[in-house]
Amino acid sequence: MTRQSTASPTLLTQSRAVSKRFGHFNAVVDVSMNVAGGEVVGLLGANGAGKTTLIRILLGLIGASEGEALLMGAPPSREQRSSIGYVPQSLGLYDDLTVKENLDFTASAYSQARPSVPADLADHADTLVGDLALGTQRRLAFACALLHRPALLVLDEPTSGVDPLSRARLWDTIHQQADAGVGVLVTTHYMQEAQQCHRLLLMSGGRLVAQGSEHDVIGGTTAVEISTDDWAAAFSVLERAGEAVTLDGTDVRVADGDAHRLQLVLEAAGVPARIRSVPATIEERMTVLARAERVSSTPTRS
Amino acid sequence: MSYGVSDAWVRFGSQAALRGVSVDVPTGQVTAVVGGDGAGKTTLLRSLVGRVGLDQGSVAVPARERIGYLPATAGSWLDMSVQENIDFVGGAYGLAGQALAQRSDPLLERADLAGVRDRLSGQLSGGMRRKLGFCLAMLPDPELLVLDEPSTGVDPVSRVDLWRLISEAAANGSAVLMSTTYLDEAERCASLLVLHDGRTLLSGTPHEVVGSLPGTIVSTATLSRPDFGWRHGRELREWFPEGRQPTGGVAITPGLEDVVIASSLKLALDGEEQP
Repeated sequence: MTRQSTASPTLLTQSRAVSKRFGHFNAVVDVSMNVAGGEVVGLLGANGAGKTTLIRILLGLIGASEGEALLMGAPPSREQRSSIGYVPQSLGLYDDLTVKENLDFTASAYSQARPSVPADLADHADTLVGDLALGTQRRLAFACALLHRPALLVLDEPTSGVDPLSRARLWDTIHQQADAGVGVLVTTHYMQEAQQCHRLLLMSGGRLVAQGSEHDVIGGTTAVEISTDDWAAAFSVLERAGEAVTLDGTDVRVADGDAHRLQLVLEAAGVPARIRSVPATIEERMTVLARAERVSSTPTRS
Repeated sequence: MSYGVSDAWVRFGSQAALRGVSVDVPTGQVTAVVGGDGAGKTTLLRSLVGRVGLDQGSVAVPARERIGYLPATAGSWLDMSVQENIDFVGGAYGLAGQALAQRSDPLLERADLAGVRDRLSGQLSGGMRRKLGFCLAMLPDPELLVLDEPSTGVDPVSRVDLWRLISEAAANGSAVLMSTTYLDEAERCASLLVLHDGRTLLSGTPHEVVGSLPGTIVSTATLSRPDFGWRHGRELREWFPEGRQPTGGVAITPGLEDVVIASSLKLALDGEEQP
């Protein structure tokens, strides 16, 4: 009963045993997590794992069926929300306003003074957002989200569809914010981005199935790496054999695979290959989880 | 047999979207087009499928009814079911009844969509919807298959499914051209083209492209020249174009991502020097 009053002021957002049901569908099941100031927390999971629902509960956009969500130590309210910068996947910009008008509008919504247009957007100040390239729109969405100096940044797949250099630059911004004490919760499908987070949360089937470092999230999952001159042949042979095949460059990999059995399958098909056991990637851990879920088809997720 | 475009120029008003781009798309292979938003990827793909006319240059493509195309933004009709999408697009290619079923059933089966024929496309997950779009593009049994960012926004699990489908299409003899922002996907294509601002930045096999960068790339904790550096996972990377021995950091064997970023940096710096 004293837990709420002892909530640390640096815990910007937290969920305590949060569940969310839509009809008979359990979108989020018993999830407890938090984000503190100065840390970048990566929220990982396949489509439908429950990431976006959890974020919407943390932001107070929808209520939890069970458990509680806290923002700045209190239930999410309009006032609490003013300390959040949120960049949804859809970016949340107004296509028929210019860059400057979007910034002005966002500033006035947060009762801020009229901002100047950031240098890297200055060339586009009077361009309608709908006419901008996606990478530029993302920079603007970031700028809007940072205008009111939020304590917590929530980013839903911030670099989807962005070229490698722009992606690296957006992550510079994320790290600068964290270094200045801002807490960041970021969802991503891109594993190299997951490696930039201080801490990871992995969701599957609505549950938080692992958390901690990359190593913690991968757990004991291993993979078999198959190097061959003909990756397409190896890929289709193993796929037909029902293996959880993935690709890393032109190497074929099998999550949770048995190196000896794979060797036999490839030999029988006449595909020469070099085979070795390696630690799994986060991506492979997700593939293993997704397969397990497809097989078990938990009745609660009908 | 090879399709493709040669010295393609496309202008929209005063803006040049393509400036002399050439690409070969051989049958039985996957060719990748890489580049950020606004680089010209979509214009290049649309010029191949006849939705954008070239101002200059030439296009070599099969008959229109043997071209399959998955657009970047759509690919299926959200308020029609999976089966209705199949029937509609099949009809456009003159396929119906038994002939359509013979073509579409194995496609839906392999894409893991056979069990959701009655579900509206708008109710599918992002990954499933892209796979439906792929099946629709495969209906004409295409000699040329053009896929615009099939995997953007798709989770890693569905990305692997899509890759299996795309590599099968190439293995069965289609010439496949796909755009992507994921360099690990480009790295496993037979050849690739990196576009920047409507121009070809790099092209060749992944091996050739990676080998084309002069100088040295190091992994380092601090950047001596921030204009030549970028973040990679937990580390920083810095490029020394002249290959002179860096004072700090460890020289690495660059990957495709390093080479694309370094080349983009060079272009940006050259642009500043020669406005």
